[in-house]
Amino acid sequence: MPNEFAVELRDVVKQFITPEGNKLNAVDHVTMQIKNGEFFSMLGSSGCGKTTSLRMIAGFEWPTEGEVYIEGKPMGHTPPFQRKVNTVFQSYALFQHMTVFQNVAFGLEMEGAQKDEIEKRVKRALEMVQLTGMERRKPKQLSGGQQQRVAVARSLVKVPDVLLLDEPLGALDLKLRKEMQLELKALQQQLGITFIYVTHDQEEAMTMSDRIAVMSKGKVQQMGTPVEIYERPANRFVADFIGESNFLEGRIKTLSNKEACVFIPELNAEVTGIPVSEGLSNGEEVTVSIRPEKIRIAEKGIDQNSFKGVVTNTVYIGTDTHVYVDLSGKRIKVFEQNRISRLDPGSFYTVGQEVLLVMMPENVLVLKKG
Amino acid sequence: MLQRLRENKSAQGTLLALPTMLWMFGLLIIPLLLTLVISVGRRSPDGDVIYTFTLDNYLRLLGYSTDCDNGSGSCFNPLYVQILWRSISLAFNTTFWVILLAYPLAYFIARANPKRRNIFLFMVLIPLWTNFVIRVYAWMMLLRKEGTINIIIGWVANFLHIPFQPLEMLYTPGAVLVGMVYEFLPFMILPIFTSLEKIDTSLYEAAADLGANGIKTFLRVTLPLSMPGVVAGTILVFIPVMGTFIVSDILGGRQVILVGNLIQRQFLDARDPTFGSAASLILMIMTLIVTYFYTRKFGFGEEIVVA
Repeated sequence: MPNEFAVELRDVVKQFITPEGNKLNAVDHVTMQIKNGEFFSMLGSSGCGKTTSLRMIAGFEWPTEGEVYIEGKPMGHTPPFQRKVNTVFQSYALFQHMTVFQNVAFGLEMEGAQKDEIEKRVKRALEMVQLTGMERRKPKQLSGGQQQRVAVARSLVKVPDVLLLDEPLGALDLKLRKEMQLELKALQQQLGITFIYVTHDQEEAMTMSDRIAVMSKGKVQQMGTPVEIYERPANRFVADFIGESNFLEGRIKTLSNKEACVFIPELNAEVTGIPVSEGLSNGEEVTVSIRPEKIRIAEKGIDQNSFKGVVTNTVYIGTDTHVYVDLSGKRIKVFEQNRISRLDPGSFYTVGQEVLLVMMPENVLVLKKG
Repeated sequence: MLQRLRENKSAQGTLLALPTMLWMFGLLIIPLLLTLVISVGRRSPDGDVIYTFTLDNYLRLLGYSTDCDNGSGSCFNPLYVQILWRSISLAFNTTFWVILLAYPLAYFIARANPKRRNIFLFMVLIPLWTNFVIRVYAWMMLLRKEGTINIIIGWVANFLHIPFQPLEMLYTPGAVLVGMVYEFLPFMILPIFTSLEKIDTSLYEAAADLGANGIKTFLRVTLPLSMPGVVAGTILVFIPVMGTFIVSDILGGRQVILVGNLIQRQFLDARDPTFGSAASLILMIMTLIVTYFYTRKFGFGEEIVVA
């Protein structure tokens, strides 16, 4: 019976020595469990430890502390060629001196597979990534997208327990990238193989993943489904990193079982009725966050949580109009969807116009400080 | 005039190449043609060239002889064929040993951390600051009967109470080989290093990821990708070794005579420029043939030169 978790990191630390001789925890006490058959992404900016974590799973690096488990087995110092995981590299790392066929066949040859078996499986792998007919080309004779497919086929032909992908679409242009995102996702669902995907592109992670680990400074900031991460960010970092947010510093004024009222000194106003769940206490300093698209601009306010402001700038970006509103000196971003087609500039908000911003309590989040 | 030159890219190219082209024409093409003309001439009794057309010199090199013991008009004299054969096999041998020694070192340097790498490369180049001939003489000091190597072996033998006769190393084919390998080592290390250094380390990781251990990775990935360096190095070593005469002269004494020595002696001692010219051209042709077949199979290592 297969293990529930394809890959598990338990309290893993990876320490590097910087050129200046300082110790740096590139990965700092990371614990994560990746379920079998899951599309799991590690998301973060460069230097957040995502690639190092992936390399420890692949076996290119060994943890300084903690342990990596694959299918429930501790990996210790098991070299990469003895792990049932395969990697798609950021640079593709195709063997330039070999043809497409030879590249894909390489892993099977290393296993000592029979010749006709190799031929059959390579053929099937190339079909899977729609590269039939390209067998005899060299990697240099392929486009970036095709090279990337070869890299995927080369890894998948080994039928790994887990496929590791290190920013595999980074070098492709936007349109191709979107296409490949969908293809990779479809491939993963079709094969049922666990994918661990490293990216700095949040949209990419959102599009493809079942679950995402948002990482920063070697630590996991939050782990959850794309919806959870976007709608219920665990802290200010995640709220800021994923999508856009307006932040207001405040203090909890009253706290009931399910609702909090936060006083915002900057605005000299309160935001009331915010749903809360976890351990907050009365009088605690908190950050209130609200997504720009969740603020409504209104003519007339409702009783609670409407704030008067002045439009300072508007930016038309096609799908949306970004409206910047000054709220007692605090700049608030509001995204309004352009649901109606219009050309008349007068119908948009104008600079200097007085507006009311309505923040529905269920759209507001209270984030702990620190 | 200047304006027109500015617009004409091909004229610019020609102009830039002109000095070298003149140089090559005057000092390579013309002398080569002269050599060809002289090689089909005949030597006069007092050592001048009689311009005529005869293939005698070439036939002589290939073993045709009229100076026979058995009284017949012509017979086979293996002397020159042996010299040619010795030169070729020494060139192959030297190249082989140079590759064998240079590759691991180049590999080591390419994998060293960048700071140390430069120091190592520097150390490879340092010997080239000393004159070629002086370095060959230094080997004489090492190899001769009373030389450093024999002294050290003597000490060790003495210490172990083993009877010891100094080894006769100088003036042997082995000494020439050692000298050649030493002289040409840097010319192999550098191109191999360059091609190894260019291999993206993610390729090693990819190979390991796909199930290859260290040896398989080396044989299937590292070695093939560094072949351009080996090819470039081979060309840089093989061709000069074919023609050199200094190493064999100093370390081989009169025992190891190569084409290079033969040619030198025809011009300086035997005063037979016609025979010397023929030998020069035969040497060139042999080198060209070997290089032609080699490069047809492996290319010129142009990935190294161009990229």
